[in-house]
Amino acid sequence: MKSTVIPIGPQHPVLPEPVHLKLTVVDEVITDVVPSLGFVHRGLEMLVDSRDYHQVVQIVERVCGICSMMHAMCYCQGIEEMMGIEAPPRAKYLRVIWSELHRMHSHLLWLGLFADSFGFESLFMQFWRIREKVLDIHEATTGNRVIVSVNKIGGVGKDLDDDQIEWILSELKNIKREVRRLGPTLLDDYTVKKRTVGRGVLTSQQAIDLGTVGPTLRASGVARDMRQLGYAALGELDFEPVIEEAGDSWARCKVRFKEVLASIDMIRQAAGKIPAGDIAVRVKGAPPEGEAISRVEQPRGEVFYYIKSKGQKKLERLRIRTPTFANLPALLSILPGLYLSDVPVVVLSIDPCISCTER
Amino acid sequence: MFKMTPNILRNLITDKATRLYPFETREPWTGVRGELGIDIEKCTFCGICALKCPTGCLSVNKKEGLWICDPFVCVYCGVCVESCPKKCLYQDLVYREAADEHGKIVMKGEPPRRKKEAET
Repeated sequence: MKSTVIPIGPQHPVLPEPVHLKLTVVDEVITDVVPSLGFVHRGLEMLVDSRDYHQVVQIVERVCGICSMMHAMCYCQGIEEMMGIEAPPRAKYLRVIWSELHRMHSHLLWLGLFADSFGFESLFMQFWRIREKVLDIHEATTGNRVIVSVNKIGGVGKDLDDDQIEWILSELKNIKREVRRLGPTLLDDYTVKKRTVGRGVLTSQQAIDLGTVGPTLRASGVARDMRQLGYAALGELDFEPVIEEAGDSWARCKVRFKEVLASIDMIRQAAGKIPAGDIAVRVKGAPPEGEAISRVEQPRGEVFYYIKSKGQKKLERLRIRTPTFANLPALLSILPGLYLSDVPVVVLSIDPCISCTER
Repeated sequence: MFKMTPNILRNLITDKATRLYPFETREPWTGVRGELGIDIEKCTFCGICALKCPTGCLSVNKKEGLWICDPFVCVYCGVCVESCPKKCLYQDLVYREAADEHGKIVMKGEPPRRKKEAET
């Protein structure tokens, strides 16, 4: 049968960000996919040439609008390692609290978008309504809603008092109740299962071979999470990666849903153990000549920072590998063989963040 | 139908989840990083805010006693407020409203006098 080429994106109702996929289709079955990226490249890595290394914190926060806190945390940890500084214990716990809040709001945003991708509009709004509460916590505790700007080299810039921690915990209780209430609607619904179960299956071997990271990898039954490294205060908290065996779109959805609840649990643990003390140490001088790498688990997976310094205030090179960059090969390998109507659901199931990828 | 009826009844009784936004706004949270302002009388025009600003939206002219901010470039990160030695910078609890014209905020204060000038 004759094949047809159907372009999807960069502007498409279901894609939150611009990625262009050229799909070769025979009848309704996809046989080949060619992606093209580069619509939102901003050259953020090159800005390190013209900015002080302290100012780069605000630049890397803008790599991704959704996981800004983790980008800054990853960069700060890298520089701290280079300069031989250790953030105070309280700062480490605060970093965990804010980063897990960030993971929650990112997953809730994704769960809403995923529901939207198969046309479940009311579920989309319900998840975003819950997400708004997490953003309120951000705004009340850090001052900003999404790009929170709390990290700085040597610690954090804002502190939480006891009343605020108590308020966060009470809000989280409500959020947990509401998320749980939506669970059966998303995970047990006949229609949702019809659109997601068995669509875009990635086996564990394939996932490892293609270098997949984050929930996409964990949904294929591989228990690999950068939080196991124990960065910040995570080493002192009880943590088990959430895994699913099936490797399809539904499993990826389930992993993210469970991770929202797991994040609430981790914030509770961190809030219970948070020590008193300083929130930042004073940093003087410039990072010494040399290089460092830093890894952090973002909502979408592992983010990797390579930092090279020439011993001056301005860094020589900064290289960021974001999770979507690692997950794109997996997406391209699972699309062939699927129906054209499955494309929006399967593309969204890896949670693509194109702005991150292109930096 | 049996599952849906209680839900429908509950939604009839409970309040709306949304607000009529431009007409009805909620109180801002305390500690929100809103629009940047300056208490120009306290300012010594040291220029640390302009040096630390990651976007370069601030500029300070010590000779003429000018503090200039481009609010369209500011990203509300609060670095300048944290680093100001005189604590004369502050952030309002509300964000800047949308504008149809590009303009800069120029504040003029008394530049610090040199030691010799102060003695005379």
